[in-house]
Amino acid sequence: MAARKTPEKTLGESLRDHGLSRRGFLKFCAATTSMMALPPSLAPAIAAALETAKRPSVIWLSFQECTGCTESLTRSHAPTLEDLILDFISLDYHHTLQAAAGEAAEEARLQAMEANKGEYLVIVDGSIPGPDANPGFSTVAGHSNYQTLMETVEHAAAVIAVGTCAAFGGIPQAKPNPTGAMSVMDLVKDKPVVNVSGCPPIPMVITGVLAHYLVFGRLPELDSYGRPLAFYGQSIHDRCYRRPFYDRGLFAESFDDEGAKLGWCLYRLGCKGPSTYNACATMKWNDGTSWPIESGHPCLGCSEPSFWDAGGFYEPLSVPLTLRPETLLQAGAVGAVVGGGLAALARKKVKDAAGTRQPVTVEELEQKL
Amino acid sequence: MSERLVVDPITRIEGHLRIEARMDGANIAQAYSSGTSVRGIETILKGRDPRDAWAFVQRICGVCTLVHGIASVRSVEDALKIELPANAQLIRNLMIGAQYVHDHVMHFYHLHALDWVDVVSALSADPKATSALAQSISGWPKSSPGYFADTQKRIKTFVESGQLGIFANGYWGHPAYKLPPEANLMAVAHYLEALAWQRDAAKLHAIFGGKNPHPNFLVGGVACPIDLNSDSAINAKRLAEVQRLIQSMVTFVDQVYVPDTLAIAGFYKDWGTRGEGLGNFLCYGDLPSGAAMDPATFLFPRGAILNRDLSTIHEVDLHASGEIEEFVAHSWYDYSTGNDQGLHPYDGETNLEYDGRGGVQPPYTQLDIAQGYSWMKSPRWKGQAVEVGPLARVLLLHATGHAQTRELVEMTLSTLDLPVEALFSTLGRTAARTLETKILADAMQGWYDSLIANIKAGDTKTFNETLWDPSTWPRQARGAGIMEAPRGALGHWIVIEDGRIANYQAVVPSTWNAGPRDTQDRPGAYEAALEHNHQLADIKQPIEILRTIHSFDPCIACAVHLTDPESGEELRIKVT
Repeated sequence: MAARKTPEKTLGESLRDHGLSRRGFLKFCAATTSMMALPPSLAPAIAAALETAKRPSVIWLSFQECTGCTESLTRSHAPTLEDLILDFISLDYHHTLQAAAGEAAEEARLQAMEANKGEYLVIVDGSIPGPDANPGFSTVAGHSNYQTLMETVEHAAAVIAVGTCAAFGGIPQAKPNPTGAMSVMDLVKDKPVVNVSGCPPIPMVITGVLAHYLVFGRLPELDSYGRPLAFYGQSIHDRCYRRPFYDRGLFAESFDDEGAKLGWCLYRLGCKGPSTYNACATMKWNDGTSWPIESGHPCLGCSEPSFWDAGGFYEPLSVPLTLRPETLLQAGAVGAVVGGGLAALARKKVKDAAGTRQPVTVEELEQKL
Repeated sequence: MSERLVVDPITRIEGHLRIEARMDGANIAQAYSSGTSVRGIETILKGRDPRDAWAFVQRICGVCTLVHGIASVRSVEDALKIELPANAQLIRNLMIGAQYVHDHVMHFYHLHALDWVDVVSALSADPKATSALAQSISGWPKSSPGYFADTQKRIKTFVESGQLGIFANGYWGHPAYKLPPEANLMAVAHYLEALAWQRDAAKLHAIFGGKNPHPNFLVGGVACPIDLNSDSAINAKRLAEVQRLIQSMVTFVDQVYVPDTLAIAGFYKDWGTRGEGLGNFLCYGDLPSGAAMDPATFLFPRGAILNRDLSTIHEVDLHASGEIEEFVAHSWYDYSTGNDQGLHPYDGETNLEYDGRGGVQPPYTQLDIAQGYSWMKSPRWKGQAVEVGPLARVLLLHATGHAQTRELVEMTLSTLDLPVEALFSTLGRTAARTLETKILADAMQGWYDSLIANIKAGDTKTFNETLWDPSTWPRQARGAGIMEAPRGALGHWIVIEDGRIANYQAVVPSTWNAGPRDTQDRPGAYEAALEHNHQLADIKQPIEILRTIHSFDPCIACAVHLTDPESGEELRIKVT
């Protein structure tokens, strides 16, 4: 069992052998269709596209991390983790899940890199002490994280930075950044890097990005921070169910006051929804059970770069309260005012990108079949 | 430097752990435990708003997500003497309970099981016999021959694809695997079922904390208000969902987790005689029945047990100097007051010093065990190395006469036909984790009922606002926030000055267990557990090491998260 064979079956072929997972597969296709905002009629085409593919090799590297991103992955409802790793991808290296340890684990990584040269995906969670930091700050198997990262991405097809630490440096990079922590995109310049930010990212966003790659054979359109537009294209504030209370000037002034109980806007309790781009308000968490604002806590802004250093979590964003909400909205200026230049830039870039985004056509899908 | 056996990475854990073992033939003579990654979260906390601290420290760990958030808000509440509303304490208890049940089940099936369960062997199982086995130990409904045949077919197809993914290079066929094929197949089926079940169990955190992993917390209470007449608060619909989730947890623990543990343990009784280690145990205690953090009302008692002596429970003082201390004799840190003495967390410092304290330049093959060899410190209680976690708690509960614990321990030992000494072992540690999960799952119903009773009586308060505003705080304050995390005793110590964090130290379960040798060269719990009682059948496939290390459920990002600002900058300059 230790020796690896070259896979002889396509994903579709092996799925046909999988009486049990066929239903899961179709659910996955339907969920993918809906996540990509495509018409439901495309689901069969997506299923067909997937059937032609072999299970792509995925190497998951964990560096300065808390394993929250892996835990989040396990919470994904469609596709589920078990469907993902048994049917859709070949997760060839993942410290938290893999059976092998020590040399046998490292061997699995090297084997996957060799067997899938130029085609494997690398997923990273956690930040990396940069080339100028002490390499002893973070090692695995005696190698610095920086060395392992650069060696592994060299022949990768693409890199997905999962979580705010890998995407933007995250908490290790928060001031004063004691270990010289850097993000993946700070270090990897010659490969496509997709940032799936969030602390952790929403489970379905992690699997949704993988689904996009599996279905369309290419990476999704990104915003200026390298995040997929499908999940990070809108602010929490613009999609928040409490937004009507903001527009009417109705705010919770304290936790557990009347406003809090009635679901009024949490802006004055420090909510970072106006300057945060993520899908919590639409996709929610844990199979739609709830999300932070629905459970009464202000948004921390965890999918944004430097959110740890962006002011206290209970400090209201610095929108001048003399401005009427309508003015802000008409100007589309909430992000600009509260988040400063960065948010404004992101918003503009998002708009630009959205304007030039190519819709996926049936023809394109059919070409892939 | 003599040649040592190295296992790095230790997989199926949280974080980056390396074990080096000096072998005496096939036997482990000395073991060395090393945490190989550091981030520096305590340094990052300095100067920030104490009310924000929970969010930072919660990112110490996303597996036992919640525990650092809870310890943090408790440390601020202890420092500022904030009284918690009864409902907030009950909701926190429910969230802690859900964390235990979720975390322990995932540990058993997804992190520990593959040490005992041979996936390849499951392919040769007879589904009918597997069904008979499953039905003989539990009333769990998913037990038909067709169900196990489907699971087997799925695994077979997967294996035949040649792409083995997470199962590649496992030690399949190793002589240490003892389960018959049918037990292996049943366990593999439950591995997959537990993945699905845990997604549901995690919803309890989402209801009260907005999401999981990393649910939200609040100094002075909880952020979710209770209002039966609101669509945007904890209402009857949400409470009914909580009730359903508690029932689902109790059912899974009773019908799957407990019977599987006993069934698998029955084939590994020889692991009831090795892997003990220190014989010293420590608990801070947790889960108050009232609003206050009063140890007299804790479900899990506070205390220490030394040298297996269950007749004497030693008192533990969180604040006294000379009790809880951290040492750095073999750690990559410098103490300004000298590296041979311990420091209480209130006075703790954590100055990174890799190169000057024995850190070997990567890539390296061996640590320098004569000097520093870990990013973990060595915590000691009154100078003693102690073990924390499920075994410590079950022993404390047993020693203090907790009736359900005594029944469960008795049932387990008689079912397995093992003597009471078997508790002090790798097997005992794993069984203790299962037993306390049952205790927690059952306790959750009581907290839920109390919450409902409070709401019925008109008490819906979830937040104490009186000390929310930093202008109401004293100029200086300090406090300790403790909890029993799934992996053991967890404490956060905070010093507040002028409304800001002046010092923050976390002493974490996996630091107690996984820390290196101390000033007197006495090993930590992992190291002691491996020494002189582990014979390796195949030095190239050291599954025996994984079994005992996994029985502690390592959480290394927790154990290593420290640094102090005084040295952070200097070090970066020095190494470039």
